Amino acid sequence: MTMLPGETGAGGAPASGAGGSTPAVHVRGLVKAYSGVRAVNGIDLDIRRGEIFALLGPNGAGKTTTVEILEGYRARDGGEVTVLGYDPGRQRAPLKRKIGIVLQSTGVEPYLTVAETVRMYAGFYPDPRPVDEVIGLVGLEEKRNARVNKLSGGQQRRLDVAIALAGNPELLFLDEPTTGFDPSARREAWEVIKNLATLGKTVLLTTHYMDEAQYLADRVAVISAGRIVAEGDPATLANRELAKARIRYRLPDGATPPAGLAGPPGADGFTEFSPDDVTAALHQLTGWALDHKISLDGLEVSRPSLEDVYLSLTSAPASGDQGGTA
Amino acid sequence: MSAATMTASQVRYVNKSFWRNPASAFFTFAFPLMFLVIFTSLLGHYTVHIGTRSVNSATYYVASMASFAVITACYNNIAIQTTFQRDAGVLKRTNGTPLPSGSFLGARVVHALFISVILVVITAAFGRVFYGADIPTGLTLLRFAVVVAVGAASFCALGLATTALIPNADASAAVVNAIILPLLFLSGIFIPFGNDTPDWILWIARIFPVKHFADGMQAGFLGTAFHWTDVLVVAAWGVAGLALALRFFSWEPRRS
Repeated sequence: MTMLPGETGAGGAPASGAGGSTPAVHVRGLVKAYSGVRAVNGIDLDIRRGEIFALLGPNGAGKTTTVEILEGYRARDGGEVTVLGYDPGRQRAPLKRKIGIVLQSTGVEPYLTVAETVRMYAGFYPDPRPVDEVIGLVGLEEKRNARVNKLSGGQQRRLDVAIALAGNPELLFLDEPTTGFDPSARREAWEVIKNLATLGKTVLLTTHYMDEAQYLADRVAVISAGRIVAEGDPATLANRELAKARIRYRLPDGATPPAGLAGPPGADGFTEFSPDDVTAALHQLTGWALDHKISLDGLEVSRPSLEDVYLSLTSAPASGDQGGTA
Repeated sequence: MSAATMTASQVRYVNKSFWRNPASAFFTFAFPLMFLVIFTSLLGHYTVHIGTRSVNSATYYVASMASFAVITACYNNIAIQTTFQRDAGVLKRTNGTPLPSGSFLGARVVHALFISVILVVITAAFGRVFYGADIPTGLTLLRFAVVVAVGAASFCALGLATTALIPNADASAAVVNAIILPLLFLSGIFIPFGNDTPDWILWIARIFPVKHFADGMQAGFLGTAFHWTDVLVVAAWGVAGLALALRFFSWEPRRS
């Protein structure tokens, strides 16, 4: 009889048929072992409809295994899984009609055109989205009649997304969609993915890039050694918004800052310290600098980035709390 | 959409792709004719004895190369192309869509069959014009069509089964040739059997499907005796190939 916050149905559209009000993805105690080693070791996940959810984790953490179980590519060894209300292990056929999948690296027929390829894949689904609309969504209008083998890497990746959208899926899986992209191609891909959310699609994204997760995701989960080690809003993951701020600046030559306003000098000439009261410390530090006519080069105040949090969560648990090598 | 409509639609896309790679299409058709010209020129005209019948070597090669063409278009091409598609991830992507796997693979088999028919027609026409080969008609033509269809389907099934033995796309041509080339030689496709052909070769020819298929094809072109057992042996291999393919076929690249 427990009510999860996501299931109270606040403001949701009325359930349309089976599974309309169920979460997009519901996972409890998921387990999968390869030759005795548990690649996925008891994962719980809830992804709400219409949300962009990012799964972060190093290679070999169990990301792809988890996603491929949800997609129906792999059988699970244990646990409970429903995707759009279907069990991907037993109800793969009806599930396939409602999901779109962008795998890490997948080829297409090289001699068909973009429009032909999208039309071909659209033809596999009961209720496809119009071909030209899909091509427009990923920004390939100008390449509509180009052969697939003439596309650049970034364009091919956008075609991957177009193919996954062709069937008008409710849930889209994106496995490392921008790996290998140059910065501008990544920006373009991000805009495409952001647009999907406005269409009401649920997106499950896996990525290595923290900026990607931060920019795109409503919620993130960090997976390490087959377990979810943190989950939440990317801005507040692992309480990073509450973590102590760090003040960092270049030590002026020959100057000795007041006690408590500096740490040990680093090899790069910078020093950093984490005061209890940032405002007061910054005031004292800048006051001291003005009084002594010293410029504080490279002065910055920062909190742990998503990347810092990610690295501390996914590093080996045996290591102590030694933050000196950053 | 029904599975049949989806298969028909897939065949059209496969066909489109096929003709848009002109180099590959050209050599698919040129290869058997090239071999036909080479063998007849190299070995000259002589008489081949098949059972009680004596036929001109050029006519013999028309039948042989028609068989060779079907085997290449079905067995070799299906095994190699499917492995490439497997390694490129096309198969995995397709397996994530609602397209029935039977429609995807069936369309490729139907297309290979279609190409086989064109190849046989071209080889027969070429043989007729340049070597005066017989062209099957009437009941013989009907039987001949059955041989081509059963042979093409069976070699496609064996090609699909063979993908399970191929570790990666780079190895595909080597593995396929290592299997099919010796069999073609040991089945009298390139060099006709004579009176002194060793027993072990005859036994290999009797066990594997290539010689049975070639014998069925010869009956169409050369007026030699036709045995339904030849068709049955080829079909049995096809069914075995299909069973192995169903059991061992992989939609994902093999991790090595």
